[in-house]
Amino acid sequence: MFRFAKYTLAAAAALTLAAPAMAQDTVKMGALATLEGAFTVLGEDGMRGVRLALEEAGYMAGGKKIELITGSSDASPDSAIRATRKLVEQDGVQVLIGPLSGSEGLAVKDYAKTQPNVTFLNGTSAAQDTTLRNPAPNFFRFSTDGAQWMAGLGEYVYNEKGYRKVAVLAEDYSFPYTQVFGFLEPFCRLGGKAPIDARFWVPIGNKDYSSVIAALPDDVDAIYVALGGADAVNFLTQYEQAGGDLPLIGGSIPVDQTVLGSKGRTRDFVIGTPSAGPVSDTWDDPRWSAFVQAYKKQFPDGFPSPSLFAHGYYINTKAALLALDKVGGDLSDGGAKLRAELSKLEFETPTGMVKLDERRQAIADIFLTEVIEGPDGNLLNKTIKVIPQVEQTFGLPYDKFLAYGQVGRENPTCE
Amino acid sequence: MRQFVERHTFWAIVIFLAVAVLAWLIFAVWPDWLEAAIGRKKTFINTLLNGVTLAGLYFLVASGFTLVFGLMRNVNLAHGSLYLLGGYLGYEVAEASGSWFFGLAVAFLAIAGAGVLMQVLIFRRMEGDDLRQTLVTIAISIIAADIMLAIWTGTTYQFAPPEWLFGAATLPVVSVLKSSGDPVFIKYPVYRLAVLGTAVAVGIALWLFLNRTRVGMMVRAGVNDRHMLSATGINVPLLFATVFAIGAGLAGFAGVVGGTALSIAPGEDVRYLLASLIVVIVGGLGSVPGAAIGALLIGLAEQFGLAYFPTYGVVLTFLIMVVVLAVRPQGIMGTR
Amino acid sequence: MDARQLFSGNLSLADVHPGVALTVVFLLAYPGFASDFFVFQIGAYSLILGTISLSLMMLAGYGGMVSLAQLTIAGIAGYLVAILGDNSVGVMGLGWPWWLTVPAALLAAVLFSTFIGAISVRTDGIYMIMITLAIAVAFFYFVRQNYVLFNGFTGFAGIEPPTLFGIYWRDPVPFYYLSLFVAAGFFWAVRYAARSTYGLSLQAIRDNPRRMRALGYDVTLHRIVAHILAGVIAGTAGILLVWFNGRISPGSVGIDVAIDILVIAVVGGLRHPIGPFLGAIVFVLLENFAIDLIDRERFNTVIGVAFLLVVLFSPDGLLGLFNRIRSQVQLGRRTRLEAGRPATGGRNVVGSIEQN
Repeated sequence: MFRFAKYTLAAAAALTLAAPAMAQDTVKMGALATLEGAFTVLGEDGMRGVRLALEEAGYMAGGKKIELITGSSDASPDSAIRATRKLVEQDGVQVLIGPLSGSEGLAVKDYAKTQPNVTFLNGTSAAQDTTLRNPAPNFFRFSTDGAQWMAGLGEYVYNEKGYRKVAVLAEDYSFPYTQVFGFLEPFCRLGGKAPIDARFWVPIGNKDYSSVIAALPDDVDAIYVALGGADAVNFLTQYEQAGGDLPLIGGSIPVDQTVLGSKGRTRDFVIGTPSAGPVSDTWDDPRWSAFVQAYKKQFPDGFPSPSLFAHGYYINTKAALLALDKVGGDLSDGGAKLRAELSKLEFETPTGMVKLDERRQAIADIFLTEVIEGPDGNLLNKTIKVIPQVEQTFGLPYDKFLAYGQVGRENPTCE
Repeated sequence: MRQFVERHTFWAIVIFLAVAVLAWLIFAVWPDWLEAAIGRKKTFINTLLNGVTLAGLYFLVASGFTLVFGLMRNVNLAHGSLYLLGGYLGYEVAEASGSWFFGLAVAFLAIAGAGVLMQVLIFRRMEGDDLRQTLVTIAISIIAADIMLAIWTGTTYQFAPPEWLFGAATLPVVSVLKSSGDPVFIKYPVYRLAVLGTAVAVGIALWLFLNRTRVGMMVRAGVNDRHMLSATGINVPLLFATVFAIGAGLAGFAGVVGGTALSIAPGEDVRYLLASLIVVIVGGLGSVPGAAIGALLIGLAEQFGLAYFPTYGVVLTFLIMVVVLAVRPQGIMGTR
Repeated sequence: MDARQLFSGNLSLADVHPGVALTVVFLLAYPGFASDFFVFQIGAYSLILGTISLSLMMLAGYGGMVSLAQLTIAGIAGYLVAILGDNSVGVMGLGWPWWLTVPAALLAAVLFSTFIGAISVRTDGIYMIMITLAIAVAFFYFVRQNYVLFNGFTGFAGIEPPTLFGIYWRDPVPFYYLSLFVAAGFFWAVRYAARSTYGLSLQAIRDNPRRMRALGYDVTLHRIVAHILAGVIAGTAGILLVWFNGRISPGSVGIDVAIDILVIAVVGGLRHPIGPFLGAIVFVLLENFAIDLIDRERFNTVIGVAFLLVVLFSPDGLLGLFNRIRSQVQLGRRTRLEAGRPATGGRNVVGSIEQN
């Protein structure tokens, strides 16, 4: 019986002895996304973004061939760390793109600090603290964070729509906290109000909004909804069924393609909801159209339009490839030259120019949108305005912005 | 009832008073001090109704679970997967045929069939080994969840119930009085009331089945003493298969009913499994009236928790379970 | 080899089965030839998971109680290390030294497992799965919603073991030896306890509680003590786990991980303490390398099917499978099963987990 165990372990040991034979003219690039569990669909789109960028560059950068190794997590930080550790320590990647979700990003950033010779770029993780507090010197985020995604929305609903008092309905965890913060900070600075007892933080995965709908105050002008995927679809149906008629303001996820494209009753109710985010399906700029065409051509079975996940992964991968080009694929110094190049990289993406700030966080354009019904009956986001070059501190100096404190249920207070 | 009043006079008075207070809360217009103390009447009434309708849904799911356990001592932890599968199948059939009711019927029959298959092919070989059966159901639930994820992906599916079930109904309950003195009535989704009605109907049907038919008599006898049942010459495998079919069919049926109210997505299987577990632990394993009481308690607790204490509301139902376990481990209506 | 011989002073090298000796040598020498990744993420992690599953195996195999809350107990110990010690998130982190946090965390784990034992042993064995499942989920929800103590969804990061005797214990090799020491210690302890008076009474209670009650044994107390012992094992493993990950969050104690622990214990084999460790190694290897061999997406189906096959055809898991193959091929040497009864050719037929 023990011999059996011994043989298994011996086989495992034999696997470890095979040192990864690395050809000198190949660069190993790892990509980490949520390819398991309920977020698989999003992770797959992220991977499509990676492949799109690689295909565009012909899988070559700086004169060297790029070998892509994929890693999978199930959106929990523990599994992300294990997958990252495998990619870095076992598969020997020198550049890692990922992860997808916010809490995974925080964990990967902590891990990056223990691997100074590997260069980490973000996928789409959008937690503020990944680059705002205790950033890692080798973690680069060319995609914007959850608070940046809300840029322009607070001002728009205050000035153009005339809302003065809003209720908030969001899930009770860090990403919605960040989105609510990004929306309320400018809204409250202008004089808007969002009373604490009109903020409804529902548990993740909660499907039953009937009680929350019943508790919604009557004297608010609109409801800011930052729910994800299934939850958003449920809320919208139940709100309509309960005869609710308050206008909505959307976070980035409730009106993302994954929700607007959900099967079942058409979301007529949602038409006219303003929102903001890093992408806009209907932007008529040639850069965006070219990107959508390339996506559709390479992935005929993908989404009707690339989601913000494909977009985020694409931009980060492209940044890595451009920087590799600049250093001629030379990673012999542990990637120090590569990271120096990344810090000063500034390039054109399908959604505008991107560059990094001093904590390696992206400064990029954000889109203010409103939901409309497309020509073939499906719902789309119409671009109202492009908010140019948003910084993670919204233009404030770092110490003033950090004084707001970490995002939470009551930040900002804004009574 | 008279016996109950005579024997437990104190509790009878308490219950009567509680019912009277509840009736007043529902039908009277609330004075200002009450609104200041516990919030608006609309919230309260809605939460109460939500709790009761959710209890109906939980009863539909949990009754199948408790029936299977009561007779066959099989803790079917794949019950949630049956729910979800019923939802998905019902959705596909409803979309393909255009009739929601047809989808509902197919879901019931298909999942009942699946239940019979599970009982005949797998559980029959393990009769008597409860632990092993439970582990098998866990394995089935893992596999089923993953395969359903592969087929239907992580998207959320929303059903399209028939038009006459959609929309809000106006109830004869006053919410507030407008400044002009006109009453504002409370609106409530028709569909949820329909769910409640269905649950009551199913409950009555189950009661009739268990208490007024021969098969029901056999089931009750089997719940009491399985070995004597087989000793009396009844075709036990057939009975077990029938009961499993009913239990599973109820789960599938609930899948379509619940899915229409609350949509279908991966993770619902775990959620309804847990809900069934708590409902039957609280109500008593093997008892259908217990499932009704447990469902009512848990449904109300969940909704009131969500409305009034959203942060820790989720833990409230588990707290109730722990209290019941500490005080009366066999559940409210359970027999040792 | 009889564990009691270790303590009786009569043990000589000739008594040791060569397979055992080889395994011991292999485990000790492992860091010598394996890469850091294999030592840390495969070796140490398997040992930690194996230890948590060992606590489940002890309860299920010897006590007849399948508890899905062992991971929760490990989680409580882990969370307390984060709360009472240092963390980088800025919540709690009272800064106690390790020689205070570790015992405190263990104490909390023991208290919680006593609580779980107390409320779940008064009912039938099957209830235990349901009740512990519900408790595990309740704990998950609670730590996800509470920010004051447990920092909710984000959890804690930056948790590190101390630097003792000049060694930083999270370096791959020292951590591996630490995990090995802990795992081996509990392994021998469980083997020893299984043959002790208490262990034999517990197994008798598993087989027929009514008879034991009639004989005058306090069945409830025996079961609660089993939970306490399992709590010590799971709690220690939980402390190691939080040091391994360097972080802990609600996802670490979620229901899918708890089911994984059950799968590991059952697939490995519930009859002998080596079973959970075998199961853990297979699980960890699959988890890390499945993506290279097959589509990672269907990982759960693979696990589920393996679990199903094991429960249907080989209730003793990999161990039982191996034993059956061995007895079929007639490898000569008569093996002694843990109950002390000799094995013969057709003995290991498909049967109940509960039967011996």
